[in-house]
Amino acid sequence: MVRAIIEPNYAAWRDKAREMLGAHVRPHEVDWCDATQTGSLMMEEPGLPRFVDPSEVKVPAEFLKLAAGVCAHTDERRFAILYRLLFRITRGGERHLMDHPADADMTLCRGWTKAVGRDVHKMHAFVRFRLVGVNEETGREQFVAWYEPEFRILRMASSFFEKRFAGMDWSILTPDECAHWDGHALSFSPGVSRLSVPDADAHDDLWRTYYRSIFNPARLKIQAMKSEMPMKFWKNLPEARIIPDLISGSSLRVEEMLEEPERPVKPMPNNEYIKALHARRLQGPGES
Amino acid sequence: MELNRKLEILADAAKYDASCASSGAAKKDSRGSTGVGSTGGMGICHSFTPDGRCVSLLKVLLTNVCLYDCHYCINRRSSNVQRARFTPEEVVKLTLDFYKRNYIEGLFLSSGIVRNADFTMEQVIEVARQLREVHQFRGYIHLKTIPEASQELIEKAGWYADRISINIELPTQAGLDKLAPEKNLKNTTQAMGGIRRRIEETVAAKKEAQQVRNRPRAAAPVFATGQSTQMLVGADSSDDALVLTRADELYRDYRLRRVYYSGFSPIPEPSVLLPIKAPPLVREHRLYQADWLLRFYGFNVREIVPVAHPHLDLELDPKLSWALRNRDVFPVDVNRASREMLWRIPGLGTMNVARILAARRHGRLHLADLLRMGIRLKKIMPFIIAADHVPRASLLEGDQLRQRFLPAPKQMELNFHNPPPATPEDALMARSGQL
Repeated sequence: MVRAIIEPNYAAWRDKAREMLGAHVRPHEVDWCDATQTGSLMMEEPGLPRFVDPSEVKVPAEFLKLAAGVCAHTDERRFAILYRLLFRITRGGERHLMDHPADADMTLCRGWTKAVGRDVHKMHAFVRFRLVGVNEETGREQFVAWYEPEFRILRMASSFFEKRFAGMDWSILTPDECAHWDGHALSFSPGVSRLSVPDADAHDDLWRTYYRSIFNPARLKIQAMKSEMPMKFWKNLPEARIIPDLISGSSLRVEEMLEEPERPVKPMPNNEYIKALHARRLQGPGES
Repeated sequence: MELNRKLEILADAAKYDASCASSGAAKKDSRGSTGVGSTGGMGICHSFTPDGRCVSLLKVLLTNVCLYDCHYCINRRSSNVQRARFTPEEVVKLTLDFYKRNYIEGLFLSSGIVRNADFTMEQVIEVARQLREVHQFRGYIHLKTIPEASQELIEKAGWYADRISINIELPTQAGLDKLAPEKNLKNTTQAMGGIRRRIEETVAAKKEAQQVRNRPRAAAPVFATGQSTQMLVGADSSDDALVLTRADELYRDYRLRRVYYSGFSPIPEPSVLLPIKAPPLVREHRLYQADWLLRFYGFNVREIVPVAHPHLDLELDPKLSWALRNRDVFPVDVNRASREMLWRIPGLGTMNVARILAARRHGRLHLADLLRMGIRLKKIMPFIIAADHVPRASLLEGDQLRQRFLPAPKQMELNFHNPPPATPEDALMARSGQL
């Protein structure tokens, strides 16, 4: 049995997996451990003294993409199952495994990447920047956001923000890691606590006004909202605090609409354009 | 008037437009510019309101002053709603401020008709021009256009926008004559035809530009990548067959990206010509499902709403209804059937069909394989054959099959002499028809 202790990220797994594969170590012979979860007493056992295969192994590009997603997940089994998949594809003669949606290992991995992908997507949606100042030298506005992703996806999610917000300086702070953009390059720094982020932005009130006004009280569908925007995200969304009021006030608002007297039709205004429209309508029969 | 109050009025005035899509735009982003914005990926819903609808765009009217008298609309000239008007600069600033805070994907701008169609169009275009040219904004812009506006202005709107749309409003001219006397179906479809031509010319020109290597990409003419429309449901007496036939025509003849169905819901300032009714939410939902069948599942309108059933079944989804009317084609063997036939199995979406096709190259599929792929067996079992499953022949016969799929009846205790008081939720349910 070989024990592989790695930092829980894709690059570390990939390097270790390449080493194992080169030594023809079989999946059931490896015990994959997360270095951040293991006590310092545990030592990596030396790999079995075996023949090291110098030939390059070819892996489909699609597998590497899958592996990057799987590694960002937190399930303890992920490194082992990923290695088993890799072994089956390269050494096990199952080269077309990637196109097999019903395979048990593939199903698990696809499930994990889906959860990670969803987490990235939700981060793109629910990060809220706050304006903190203007850089005196460059004149660029500076924004900061606090976000708590479920998985370690900050780096994966950052390129989207780089492309979208190139013209402003921004930082996204998370408990694990922070990302920064200054108009030239992305950089990363260790995680911080929530206290380092301003709590509100002057525009949050305007945003809540918009949120309140765009809501249609006659079509209440609370469950639909909650399934797309689960309550765990609410604490960092400035608009979420008025949701309870919107819900409790909605039936009264609809009641009022229903009781409103019907408005009569006002006469046609003295406007050339409207007159021309009506004249044309009366001339030729419209399409049925 | 204070900005906050304007926003309140002009967002409230815009909320009856269902479209919120921000996908399908050409790829562009803000790298190398002093501005912000990107499009081209999947659209992002930045928030959800308690009506279950997503908030992805700042959806406002430039003004809710309007010369038209559309009786389903809160902004019609006969309504006494408070009026407001944004300056173009105000909308530009709001859009940028919201965008930089990652509240939104972009702007969806529409307007009441003031003075005439061209004047109104020019105002709307001015907002988009400032965003693009003064602020290098590369985010999503959707402009509502007015069919009576000049071709030149519609062109200009398409130049700045990622999507342009004209609302068809109702499926027939008879309906419009009664409820929206200034609107004309022919004008609308003519304008849609013009937009379709421009979109197709742009696509062709882009392709050509890509073939010429030395020509810079910017030389390709820019135009919106798609158009959409909205049809109001439940305001006039049109049946679902009429609605879907019109939608189908719009998809075929004008290559629309989307037809939105908006169930007519109670508005403040109701018109004497259009008494308020419960919003037909279930009907709206079934129309969207039918729309999907038309666009992605190879169904035609007559299959979904045959002459004998011009209305969609509100209790069952339209694919299931079709299957119950066409039981002779089932069961379908998931290990042999064509893609088109698999699409017709109730409970199977296009994604799962693609998975089945890929998986069966590796061996015969059993029920456990389907389950692993995330397919819900309960719904599809009566309709399929798998390696270890053949449905009982009797299952496909008789009324029981329909019963199997109906929502479970609720146990109720009736007390006619002393009924319990209705809660506000009951009242809402009674109005909306939704449980």
